[in-house]
Amino acid sequence: MIVPVHKSLLEVLREDLSLTGTKHGCELGECGTCTVLVDGLPVLSCLALPVELQGREIKTVYGMADNGRLHPLQQAFAELGAAQCGYCTPGLLLTAEALLGDNPAPSRQEVREALAGNLCRCTGYTKILDAVELAALRMQGSGSRA
Amino acid sequence: MKANKLSIIGQSLPKIDAWAKVTGETKFADDMFLPRMAHGKLLRSPHPHALIKRIDTTRAAALPGVYAVITGHDLPRVKFGILPVSQDEEALCVDKVRMVGDAVAAVAAVDEETAERATRLIEVEYERLKPLMSIEESLASPDVRIHEYGDGPNVHKAVSLEFGDVEAAFAASHLVREDVFYFEGNTHLPMEQHSAVAHWGADDKLTLWSSTQTPHYVHRLLSKILDVPQAHIRVVAAPVGGGFGGKLDPFAHEIAACKLSQLTGRPVKITLTREEVFYVHRGRHPVLMWVKTGFARDGAITGMHFRSWLDGGAYGSYGVASTFYTGALQTVTYKIPVYKFEGARVFTNKPPCGPKRGHGTPQPRYAMECQIDKAAEQLGLDPADMRRRNLAEPFTKTANHLTVTTIGLGECLDRVVEASGWREKRGKLPPGRGIGIACSSYLTGAGLAIYWNDMPHSGVVVRADRSGLVAVLCGATDIGQGSDSVLAYVVAEVLGIEPKDIRVHPADTDLTPVDLGSYSSRVTLMAGNAAIQAAERLRARILDAVATKLEVGSDTLVMRDRRVFVDGDPDRGVSFAQAVVHAESRFGVLAFPGSYAPPKRAGKYKGGGVGPSPCYSYSACVVEVDVDVETGEVKPREIWIAHDVGRALNPLLVEGQVEGSVYMGLGEVLMEEQVFRKGVHKFPSMLEYKSPTTLETPEIHTILIETDDPEGPFGAKEAGQGPLLPVIPAVANAVHDAVGVRIDEIPISPDKVVKALELKRQGKAPRLGPEKLPLFTFPEPRMIESAFGQPAEAIAERPFAS
Repeated sequence: MIVPVHKSLLEVLREDLSLTGTKHGCELGECGTCTVLVDGLPVLSCLALPVELQGREIKTVYGMADNGRLHPLQQAFAELGAAQCGYCTPGLLLTAEALLGDNPAPSRQEVREALAGNLCRCTGYTKILDAVELAALRMQGSGSRA
Repeated sequence: MKANKLSIIGQSLPKIDAWAKVTGETKFADDMFLPRMAHGKLLRSPHPHALIKRIDTTRAAALPGVYAVITGHDLPRVKFGILPVSQDEEALCVDKVRMVGDAVAAVAAVDEETAERATRLIEVEYERLKPLMSIEESLASPDVRIHEYGDGPNVHKAVSLEFGDVEAAFAASHLVREDVFYFEGNTHLPMEQHSAVAHWGADDKLTLWSSTQTPHYVHRLLSKILDVPQAHIRVVAAPVGGGFGGKLDPFAHEIAACKLSQLTGRPVKITLTREEVFYVHRGRHPVLMWVKTGFARDGAITGMHFRSWLDGGAYGSYGVASTFYTGALQTVTYKIPVYKFEGARVFTNKPPCGPKRGHGTPQPRYAMECQIDKAAEQLGLDPADMRRRNLAEPFTKTANHLTVTTIGLGECLDRVVEASGWREKRGKLPPGRGIGIACSSYLTGAGLAIYWNDMPHSGVVVRADRSGLVAVLCGATDIGQGSDSVLAYVVAEVLGIEPKDIRVHPADTDLTPVDLGSYSSRVTLMAGNAAIQAAERLRARILDAVATKLEVGSDTLVMRDRRVFVDGDPDRGVSFAQAVVHAESRFGVLAFPGSYAPPKRAGKYKGGGVGPSPCYSYSACVVEVDVDVETGEVKPREIWIAHDVGRALNPLLVEGQVEGSVYMGLGEVLMEEQVFRKGVHKFPSMLEYKSPTTLETPEIHTILIETDDPEGPFGAKEAGQGPLLPVIPAVANAVHDAVGVRIDEIPISPDKVVKALELKRQGKAPRLGPEKLPLFTFPEPRMIESAFGQPAEAIAERPFAS
């Protein structure tokens, strides 16, 4: 697709592609809310320029479920109350997915470190950490996804 | 309904909207894109205090892509405010700006970028006035007036109430302490920036979708501000991406979006930038406090005199209520036989303060709980034991005429003391490590609406039809706390169906009965009780119809597992959907209202309307910290908190509210502050306004205590605000236990700890905090007899109860 060079990935996703599942909290790279995965790695979409991402795989929260089957992280976040207002949730889910892709059995401290760039004002993080741990366990148990 | 028969209540179920939230389906206000929609921007003042001499919008209006430019002259010249007594705001200032961030003009354009560019082409000529940036400065500058109304030059509100003779109580006390504390202001910092979409239709009717916690109050005020009948305005609450009290006022961007839509004939969206969110604020008031308390030898409190000075910022907002709240709830945790309160809210040229989680009560709670800690030390008492000894009596009145029902604070205290190992750790931890304790209480819904009326505070309609679907319509707003889910749970419980069988409709002033809004921890109790009433009315009709069909008495039937059947004989019955068919066949349309208004218990004195609540939640908290004596950094190691929630309708959601409150309290006590330099916000960004990340939030151990309060739905009390309160003083008391210094000023930032440790090393008083009080004379106190210890009325008068 063709977009103006100065438009951020966040703006293109939300405004040009109507993919509003990706949220924004500051548009200055401070809060982690707009995180998406670029080739599997978390990237702040408000600071990324599409012109530099040609040919790369971009995954938003919409890409997490597999043919209507929720990703184990989505399932665990819903079950354990890890999403309160839910505004930071898409960014946190994708950051957590990148973590589990890299480290399938992280310690609680490793989960804390991986998610330290994503602010959440509702949960106090406890249920989020619990949900990532539960999803990791379930993914290991099944040998793959869920 | 007996506890052992409950099937939904008490279960840790996922929220009904959890699936939409984890898939990105939830549509927040800024996710709305309507055909032909224009994008709006506000031009805001760069000066803290100035007269507007001239505004020229010609160049902006001429910019290609601009649809309309407005100033305050395009709106009716009427001032507004959330409280009837403080009508002092303009959506777009006409003559004067009172803070950096006051809006003066608005633009609608083809896209956000063009709108932004156009605002820069608006020429505004200001005549700068002296900015007043602190309580002291405002009180010392009566010649410079921020507003022309109030209780004195730059004094918005001054109050003075005395319940019994405090001086006599002090004279008879074994120990009398006077302490001074300061609590710096901080902001809500919701992850979602405020956003609104307005559409003024060709039928001359207005629809506003907004991220607001109070669609009803916005509806009322839009009518006044825009001079349009309320009946022609529809306000729809979008899912709110975090509120915490920050989305409780009508805001300039909402009003400007409406006007711009009228002028352009297009839907108009305005979403604030993060920087603007810091300016609209309405957050925690900075409060300076002086507290004098008398104690008996055994630690019993004999009387208290509390003074607070609030830095209100540039406008009234909820400030009159905030002022009273800094003096209202001191009396509901411990026995305080006589009590005096004096408070003053002062205008300054800063963003207006208002309600943030705990509204006006975390500041005095911090002061009071730290003072009790100091008194315990002086009296040689264990701080936990001293609190235990002073607990208020359930089902009594307080000195200031608040009626308290159930109190689970004793059990809360015992449980955190035990879980934390308080007795093993207190005074025995290694140097630099300490443990602190504090208690608190909070409202379960404000007893009075913000405007005087005799109507319900919460209304619910429960509707069922032959499809078997049950719809719940309520004007309450789910701000993430799970209030829509709570409505589904209570209705499912009454009707014997599953939450999934119920659709809860979001607040829409065209469709849903009025609910006052998501504030003062009121929704679970008030909308919950209204929903139960509505569901029970539906239930009665269903049982009646099924009983006739089965030729049994309706009192022999039960509703459970999506069926209606004879108790003890499950085969004799029908499915829920079939039961609804029977009821609809017999009675016609099945739609039943439920209404709730709190018991009328306000104290019979001016100011007695702030503080009453159907019931109060209680919390006790123990915090263990490490203090680095070199850097002054305070690191919480673990937190134990017990919360009396009455009954946990869904323990998972209650835990989430408690954990979120603890986290927010930690941010306030250790790092968060909304501060200014030379009239300008020091750091209106999420990077520099420090808030805790996963790395700064320790393990939180939550203990839920159930007291089954007679006022609450299935016995429930609030959980969303109260648990924030004890965290702040518990940390301050733990810091003292760790390194022997008192930090009488919030936040307890490393620089303050280092300074206090240096004072200690020099042999000076090891305390950091305010040294002096402003020169201010409070009004003569209103003398009211103390109601302390009087029994609660056996049956409180509650409107719409039957």
